[in-house]
Amino acid sequence: MKNYVGRDIPDELLVNGKEVYQGKNYMDGKYLKKASPCTRRYEKPQESKLVETLADALRQCGAKSGMTFSFHHHLRDGDFVVNMVMKAAIEELGLDNLTIAATSLGAAHDPVAEYIEQGKVVGIQTSGIRGRIGEVVSAGKLKTPAIVRSHGGRPRAIEAGEVHIDIAFVAAPTSDCVGNCRGIGGKSNCGSMGYAMTDAKYADHVVVVTDCLVDFPNMPASVEAIDVDAVVVVDSIGNPKKIASAAARISQNPRDLMMAENVAKVIASTPYFKDGFSFQTGVGGPSLAANLFLEKYMDERGIKMGWAIGGICGPMVELLKKGKVGKVIDVQDFDLDAVNSIHQTPNHFEMSASQYANPANKGAFVNKLDFVVLAALEIDTGFNVNVLTGSDGVLRGAPGGHPDTAAGSKCCIIVTPLIRGRMATVCEHVVTVTTPGDCVDVLVTDYGIAVNPNRPDLIECLDNAGIPHVSIESLKEKAYSLVGRPDDLQWEDKVVAVLEARDGTILDAVRKIKPFTLE
Amino acid sequence: MIPRPKPERFRLRRTMMFMNAQKPGLIKDAYIYGCDSIMLDLEDAVAENQKDAARFSLYHALKTIDYGDTEVIVRINGLDTPHWQEDIRVCVAGGADGIRIAKCESAQDVRTVEAAVEAAEKEFGVEVGRTLLMAALESPKGIMNAYEICAASDRMFGVAISGGDFRKCMQTKPQPDGIDMLVARGQMLIAARAAGVQCFDTVFTNLDDMAGYEAEVRQNKAMGFDGKSLINPKQIRLVHELFAPTEKEILQAEKIVRAYREQSAQGVGVFTVDGKMIDIAFIPGAERTLKLARACGLYEGDLV
Amino acid sequence: MVVQKPAIAGTVESSDALVSVEPGDGKIELTLTSSVMNQYGRQIRETVLDTLNRLDVKSVKINVVDKGALDCTLKARVECAVFRSCDASEKNIPWGGAVQ
Repeated sequence: MKNYVGRDIPDELLVNGKEVYQGKNYMDGKYLKKASPCTRRYEKPQESKLVETLADALRQCGAKSGMTFSFHHHLRDGDFVVNMVMKAAIEELGLDNLTIAATSLGAAHDPVAEYIEQGKVVGIQTSGIRGRIGEVVSAGKLKTPAIVRSHGGRPRAIEAGEVHIDIAFVAAPTSDCVGNCRGIGGKSNCGSMGYAMTDAKYADHVVVVTDCLVDFPNMPASVEAIDVDAVVVVDSIGNPKKIASAAARISQNPRDLMMAENVAKVIASTPYFKDGFSFQTGVGGPSLAANLFLEKYMDERGIKMGWAIGGICGPMVELLKKGKVGKVIDVQDFDLDAVNSIHQTPNHFEMSASQYANPANKGAFVNKLDFVVLAALEIDTGFNVNVLTGSDGVLRGAPGGHPDTAAGSKCCIIVTPLIRGRMATVCEHVVTVTTPGDCVDVLVTDYGIAVNPNRPDLIECLDNAGIPHVSIESLKEKAYSLVGRPDDLQWEDKVVAVLEARDGTILDAVRKIKPFTLE
Repeated sequence: MIPRPKPERFRLRRTMMFMNAQKPGLIKDAYIYGCDSIMLDLEDAVAENQKDAARFSLYHALKTIDYGDTEVIVRINGLDTPHWQEDIRVCVAGGADGIRIAKCESAQDVRTVEAAVEAAEKEFGVEVGRTLLMAALESPKGIMNAYEICAASDRMFGVAISGGDFRKCMQTKPQPDGIDMLVARGQMLIAARAAGVQCFDTVFTNLDDMAGYEAEVRQNKAMGFDGKSLINPKQIRLVHELFAPTEKEILQAEKIVRAYREQSAQGVGVFTVDGKMIDIAFIPGAERTLKLARACGLYEGDLV
Repeated sequence: MVVQKPAIAGTVESSDALVSVEPGDGKIELTLTSSVMNQYGRQIRETVLDTLNRLDVKSVKINVVDKGALDCTLKARVECAVFRSCDASEKNIPWGGAVQ
């Protein structure tokens, strides 16, 4: 069945009440029955929840084959916890038929690919999938299709009971002996722990894994002891060098800077650019550089940013410290400047993934967002964006908060070069739709700006400001005139991953790519 | 193939940006940054053993890429190298708008290049005289012979100084006030104006020193340069900003041109604008101001 | 042209291609790897074969490592490698003739 963005969704996926994507805000006003976890009572006072090993913690939580384990990705490419837990579960306890529900999986988790090939891990649910895991899933080696959700779609699915977490594992830079966790004060700091918060509330069991045990009480806690069953102390939860880079530097690439300047121009041309406006930007080259040019326009107009959200890094912290932004609310930190600022700099707060982006709750931050500036691997003439599959059809990306911020914000700007090498970024049909075109408003490229025709108000703003813009079709033609028209990818019928829209409907399905031969 | 219009000998050339002709990722779309001319470099940027490869890249770039209104100049290797003749052949065959003669020291150098260009135009069936020339002066001798160089050919549209080599010859280094090149710049400007060609300043290589760069561009404008050679797109904007006429200058020029056209229609040759005596000698300057203003997006009238 | 000795041209930088040629066994043997194989492998092969055809190369072993090069770059690298293999890359190139 074709969905709202023209994607053919196989009927076998449309079971148990699953529907195809029907456009944004389709679920508005409907009721949601929240799932409730089944948790163990610890009535008798406990001196400590410390257990010796991960295997002991798994046994204590009743781990068995067929269960779903959840993880969060604040330790990013430095994470050791997913691999440690899966190794203990599979190699020490001999479990199989396991499902991993993670907020993102990447190169740090390459060993998990082996468990997928062995058939021990049979399900993957994630908001990002890169490295070897992406390759083996694309090759059709996972028993069930991977389910990819946005950062807001994931807590929605958990709260709705579509994902039931048997054991949530919390990678904690610091914890006390009963499981009050924080992202700072240890040796593998990550700052915000926002993605772990919903998991801890809705999992049947919660295991904290830390490499820095601190005195009770570890306050204010990001994940609280009231939800924690066991605490395991390990040598190291991750490689600090890969958890947070020294500092996210603003790009000096002239192409990035040119695009960033145009992003700022577009922002400044809209009526939302007024004192107290709200803003989120990605950390890619041109997205992050937009901060720099935006600051210039803010100074010129004598206005300040009310608040900023998102994954946070140095340049935004800098604005906060300079008093140019009122509050920063933070679900994840990307560099040491941000890690060292959260809970320290006044008005730098932590939030949960649900509070950030969940479309089914009653007040996610994304819904109050004026502007979001995002990158794209591909964007098609329907303004549909792909940030998941490469030009070879292999899973190697992360929707993350992209679909949530695009849907919630008043003005969603995609910034990307027109071509990358011989890949047309602006194309006729994206390989996979990860953010639907009805949520995307403006495209800024190095060859020109295009505005979604369903936003005549923004077209008028650009015209009034004298900002030239063209149709997205003409940008696509320009791209193809440079790189040639790409051949269609050749797929098999087997679905290897399902793309859920943030509201739980089905946005797209990724099929297995046919092995490529020239003959 | 993208057909290019016949090059204009005199056009706006505020910014000429150097690009290594051997780097496919760079030359494919250098025009997007909005410089007036791009300078595809076969000389210093290309290693000695890659000169051949650079010519193949250059040929296909010239034939394939739509550079639009951006002028495309190629810097060829010096006349003391084994490369320059083939460089000229590829430039002409590919349809470059112009050729920059490196290390030019005499009118004879210009005529030598001109002869090779003309031969190539005949060989490749290109209209004779289409390919423009400019000269880079890189030595004291070049500066001393600036006038004869500027006046050596009808193809010559301009002359540029190359600071790196020149300063070495003069045993000096870049100075904040530009005193190291003051005389050379001045002499070259006088020669260019006397010969009726354009004049361009050298590159500013310290990309982190934006204040020093701005001071140099201001001095360039004050001295009367038509434009500047650049090494990075981020240098473009400042030149365009500082070389743009002021609102007052534009209004004044508009008044002069308008008054002149009205008065001369009635047979009046000398008249006053805002109490200032104006005659025909003021008109080229006023028109140039308006053209520049239009190129900078500051003038939308119909006088030029 | 007759490929007389092994020669290479290009780089493995992004947007470039590294082309190596050596004398063949009376036919054209192309090996191709590309970062954009699925979408452009067919077109890259056509461009390489067309270019060899224009140069009248009938016998060659040619290896192309493509890093997302545009057609104009692929042509330039193939031509340069072939001319280098004949020690003929430095002058009197048939611009607009066999090279176009």
